[in-house]
Amino acid sequence: MSIAIATLLASVLTAAAFAASVGGSALRVCSDPNNLPFSNTQREGFENRIADLLAHDLGATVKYTWWAQRRGFLRNTLEAGLCDVVIGYPSHADSVLTTAPYYRSTYVFVTRHASNLRIRSFDEPALRTMRIGVQLVGDDGANSPPAHALSRRGIIGNLVGYTVYGDYRTNSPPSSIIAAVARGDVDVAAVWGPLAGYFAARQSVALDLAPVRPQQDGPLPQAFDISMAVRKSDRARLDRLNAFLVQHRRDVDAILARYHVPRVDR
Amino acid sequence: MRSIVILLAMALLCIGCGRSQPSALGGSGGSATNTSGTPGQNPAPDDTGDWVRPAKDYASTRFSALDQITADSVKQLGVKGTFSTGFVRGHEAAPLVVNNTMYIVTPFPNVVYALDLTQPGAPVKWSYDPKPLAAAQGVACCDVVNRGMAYSNGAVFFNTLDGRTIALEAATGKEKWVATLADINKGETITMAPLVVKDKVLVGNSGGELGVRGWLTAVDANSGNIAWRAYHTGPDNDVLIGPRFKPFYKSDQGRDLGIHSWPGEAWKNGGAGAWGWISYDPALNLIYYGTSNPGPWNSEQRPGDNKWSTGLFARDADTGQAVWFYQFSPHDLWDYDGINEQILVDLPINGAMRKVLLRPERNGYLYVIDRTTGEVLSADPFVHITSTKGIDLNTGRPIENESLKPTMGTVVRDVCPAAPGGKDWQPSAYSPQTGFLYIPANNLCMDFEAVEANYIAGTPFVGANVRMYAGPGGNRGEFIAWDPVGRKKVWSIKESFPVWSGVVVTAGGVAFYGTMDGWFKAVNARTGEPLWRFKTGSGIISQPITYRGPDGKQYVAVLSGVGGWSGAIVAGELDARDATAALGFVNAMTDLPKASTKGGTLYIFGLP
Repeated sequence: MSIAIATLLASVLTAAAFAASVGGSALRVCSDPNNLPFSNTQREGFENRIADLLAHDLGATVKYTWWAQRRGFLRNTLEAGLCDVVIGYPSHADSVLTTAPYYRSTYVFVTRHASNLRIRSFDEPALRTMRIGVQLVGDDGANSPPAHALSRRGIIGNLVGYTVYGDYRTNSPPSSIIAAVARGDVDVAAVWGPLAGYFAARQSVALDLAPVRPQQDGPLPQAFDISMAVRKSDRARLDRLNAFLVQHRRDVDAILARYHVPRVDR
Repeated sequence: MRSIVILLAMALLCIGCGRSQPSALGGSGGSATNTSGTPGQNPAPDDTGDWVRPAKDYASTRFSALDQITADSVKQLGVKGTFSTGFVRGHEAAPLVVNNTMYIVTPFPNVVYALDLTQPGAPVKWSYDPKPLAAAQGVACCDVVNRGMAYSNGAVFFNTLDGRTIALEAATGKEKWVATLADINKGETITMAPLVVKDKVLVGNSGGELGVRGWLTAVDANSGNIAWRAYHTGPDNDVLIGPRFKPFYKSDQGRDLGIHSWPGEAWKNGGAGAWGWISYDPALNLIYYGTSNPGPWNSEQRPGDNKWSTGLFARDADTGQAVWFYQFSPHDLWDYDGINEQILVDLPINGAMRKVLLRPERNGYLYVIDRTTGEVLSADPFVHITSTKGIDLNTGRPIENESLKPTMGTVVRDVCPAAPGGKDWQPSAYSPQTGFLYIPANNLCMDFEAVEANYIAGTPFVGANVRMYAGPGGNRGEFIAWDPVGRKKVWSIKESFPVWSGVVVTAGGVAFYGTMDGWFKAVNARTGEPLWRFKTGSGIISQPITYRGPDGKQYVAVLSGVGGWSGAIVAGELDARDATAALGFVNAMTDLPKASTKGGTLYIFGLP
């Protein structure tokens, strides 16, 4: 009798502890409030959709901690203990635990379909004279891989920088580089795939997307794996998220497809 | 000219001195007119004992004429008051003391407290909460710090992280005006302390990492309206470069260098903010201040000198028109912001008195510059330097160490000084009694990987690959007494952590500074002999001051509260296992969490 009670009590406690560790009634997600196609406060991004799916699987509801994805994002959200999961994070990062990758995308060349430029490679001679939009990140050597691939080839003076932070008053500030192609401010832009796919489909003129080549440009990769991330101490939660991603691979793929996320194989 | 300035200052001051002691205000005017004291001459002979701006006087000496606390009596110093600010991020500000009231501004959310020094326990007289936008924290690069306030003409002025300059009635805390100068939506924040010169409040922006276009703005002290704004990149008109502009060196001469020294349109988000210190010479009517690093392009993507980044402007205090410019680090490779303090003194150089400014620069050189022309008279290493091999005095340019040029995909090792420089923003002090400059210095080197090739737009920022560690000797900091005439180190004290606090030096012959593990120290200004120390509750990264209390006695005050770029590992609870966090600084600071916990507290010390 007493043994049975003890066992029952233990299992209740274990379940409660598990529920608490994985989220219980709340799945606490660290997310950018204004960063379509990834996320926004209206929950219109594909990371919002994936979070909903995950929450449903856990029998939880999503609770967001909103913070712009700039320097200090992790420090002030995940690592401050305000939330437990980052839905989209580079798989190679070493400051967090990351799940198995659930998609892989690439930087792409974006051009106006009508211009018929057919830019496919950083080695295209025409790039030397075109106006080329690139995404800018920060100083200390941190810039987007295409910007480095171009400067390696001496293509510098005709680059136009669009900071990925942009003007935060506008919706999804990083999208300005796609609008710049559509308007003809630049002839071509090299843009991270998910952003390019989503916003290219929303311009009034037809845009062409093509993965940049070479995909591995000397030391520079142009395609990256994306995972979910948790704190380094959060092994149990990581296991649970990995199980979710295996189980719901098709559902997650379907969400990415709906958002026109270009995906490439390893 | 000088007497006109004094009269004007006194006239302005008396508009608001109905209820306040004019003597305190006279102190600011008095010290303002004594920027050119020769060594041995007191720069503030009528020092009332107030402290009206972080750097004490317009010359930025941080020298106090108070002399009750001496090398002998300092040993009896004890705590006379404490005050918890209620916040735990890095506290970098200097308290102000005016008319027996002490003013403190905290890091974000930038709350201002006025403490009544006439009452037992210095109770809060009033407080003011500017309620800055929470999103500003996500824009600040390194910690959500604030470097202090300024008092002038019955008002206190300070900046908020979310880009506003605010004027409050000093007596009541009532808001006089709020000027929105910077836009966090574009990556701009404000962390610097404003300087008030005549009727203008001078403010610069932060955010070089986020692709802002740097500027210095003058705001009318009475109305809060913008009087002028000088950009630090772009066409001469925007930079306020006109007929008066006569830079000393050839490489700074030419039309629209703020465009032509950049590729394409890179100048449009070229960084070069102004988040450090401004000095003022009333006799020349010039202000002096430095610009930050160029950004956000990788150095290979911005061939050229990248004017007007990492350099020093002299401008007309009334119009903002540039008079000269000198660039410490043309085409900056190492994040050597040029925003440090400049101390205005007159010194005998090669037998003749020269009006100079002393600039202990981030690139590791102590510059002595003719402040009328911008000519570099000498530039000597005050820390271990490998990134350059000296300063060519004919061209003014550093001689680059070609073997350390960062090239893509390779790791460059043993770059000294590291990105925070031989010293960062933490301001030094100058004593006209000893003729020494007291420099709070870093001894840090770094391994630098020129390319963060893995950046993925739209995902959280993953820092660049910079790892910092102690330089030769193994100590990460040093407190240095430097003789700018003899061009040599006189004495120094090795410190385990970078010395990230400011300095105050007094006519009592004592220099005060703090350490990141919480010790507040007094040393003999002449010899460097340790005289006294006190362990505060948290690491010290702020600016100590000294003042005369209502009882006529001399006090010393300092804010304790570790954080900032160097202390982010404590204030931001970074993971010590991630060596590249806080732009690589965490690697050098893994033992700091054991040495200091966080928390902001004011300490007031006095004699029995």
